[in-house]
Amino acid sequence: MRPFTYERAASPAAAIAAVTATPGAKFIAGGTNLLDLMKFEIETPTHLVDVRSLPLATIEDTEEGGLRIGALVTNTDLASHPRVKRDYGVLSRAIVAGATGQLRNKASVGGNLLQRNRCPYFYNTAVPCNKREPGSGCSAIGGVSRSLAVIGTSELCIAQNPGDMAVALRVLDARIEAMNAAGKTRTIPIAEFFRLPDFTPAVEFALRPGELITAVTLPPPIGGSHHYHKVRDRASYAFAIVSVAAVLHEDGTGRVAFGGVAPRPWRVERAEAELPQGSEAVVAAAFDGAKPTQDNAFKIPLAERALALVIAEGRG
Amino acid sequence: MSESPKLSASSGLASASIAEAPAPTSPHPSSRSSIPHSSVSLRVNGTRYALTLDTRTSLLDALREHLHLTGTKKGCDHGHCGACTVLVNGTRINACLSLAAMHDADEILTIEGLGTPDDLHPMQAAFLRHDAFQCGYCTPGQICSAVAILDEIERGVPSHATGDLTARMEASHSELRERMSGNICRCGAYSNIQAAIAEIVGGAA
Repeated sequence: MRPFTYERAASPAAAIAAVTATPGAKFIAGGTNLLDLMKFEIETPTHLVDVRSLPLATIEDTEEGGLRIGALVTNTDLASHPRVKRDYGVLSRAIVAGATGQLRNKASVGGNLLQRNRCPYFYNTAVPCNKREPGSGCSAIGGVSRSLAVIGTSELCIAQNPGDMAVALRVLDARIEAMNAAGKTRTIPIAEFFRLPDFTPAVEFALRPGELITAVTLPPPIGGSHHYHKVRDRASYAFAIVSVAAVLHEDGTGRVAFGGVAPRPWRVERAEAELPQGSEAVVAAAFDGAKPTQDNAFKIPLAERALALVIAEGRG
Repeated sequence: MSESPKLSASSGLASASIAEAPAPTSPHPSSRSSIPHSSVSLRVNGTRYALTLDTRTSLLDALREHLHLTGTKKGCDHGHCGACTVLVNGTRINACLSLAAMHDADEILTIEGLGTPDDLHPMQAAFLRHDAFQCGYCTPGQICSAVAILDEIERGVPSHATGDLTARMEASHSELRERMSGNICRCGAYSNIQAAIAEIVGGAA
């Protein structure tokens, strides 16, 4: 790990000022992903600004009947919150489908959204990777790509977003609040938060330099039955090969997003309108234009079968 | 639950009198003054230690290399194996994926604080009774996790094995297996680990 200086921020404004003023500085909250990447020297911050003592660890009801989740709420506390369990079950289910109890106790909501991708070539500093070293090339294209994305990719990167929580947040139309150095807070719809690689695969999030995630808000509950089905190589503690987050209503309509298949949680509103027609119609529309590799083309029929299972579950 | 008195007794130490212990000398005193250091006051098993550490020092390395509390083990050092599991303010984390500097004022409980050879924690005793280990390297982490998950179930923290999210959580075998998935045992002592925890739960079907 490269040396770095460390400070504990006293306020959001002070944290943002410190990161803005110091080249190479980063925020640290749970650190479960950042420290792992620092050990590999994939992340090499010169200065860490610890934000954990900031007052951003509460979950509050909003006036509209939704929830405002502080960025420092741990994954465990979010999944365990009575209103989340009751009204946003897909979110509880998605969170506990990810990582381990130890990691969920430490990981924060804001940090989890900023989890980096898990492409094996991103982690292997001996080979080119356009996310790690822009312009160096993509080793995954033509390489081992079984776990990687099948849609939303570009000629420069085929890494998938590995998250579970984010897939549920996408189905719930969450919004992300971020504060900048001027003290202004803006709200980013989750649909726009994760960037597709296009020509700049190293830019993964819609945050601007120095912006700090302060909260995630959820609109009022939409009812329905809540499902998160994750297909992975082990029964527990493994990243999704394919996951399905869904909220289904009795009339056959609903919302659905897929994880493990794209550089962002993959929700296509035009495709979910096909839910009453069944899983094949949804997946055909959701994966229209997919460019899978030989290794990961199986993910598309797998997504269809996972969704079929979820729809059957929803019908009870 | 039988283990909770231990946990609360220990966390009570945070507000009660805290023994001051001299900080053990760093085994690797840095002659390069350019390496950034930071001061941290760690409260471990009820004792406070004032340390000045290279900022890169993980909580795990602080415990093992600086405080010589070697019960907590280093396995993968990347949060995959759970050998370094400790309790921080009552919840379990991977000590390898945390900076020591981030734990100023936190109450840290390691296997050494959970029980002693003369005064075993009930979970430690159950591991012995059930022969819940072979080489023993993962065991401190397994025991710290096992103690913590019973508290998590009690507090209504859901898991991937949970059926009804809003019902009272049960310490069923499938719940215990799922919740222990962050602790790898390469000797494969899982069935006896399961039996040890189930005995403490009492009556888990």
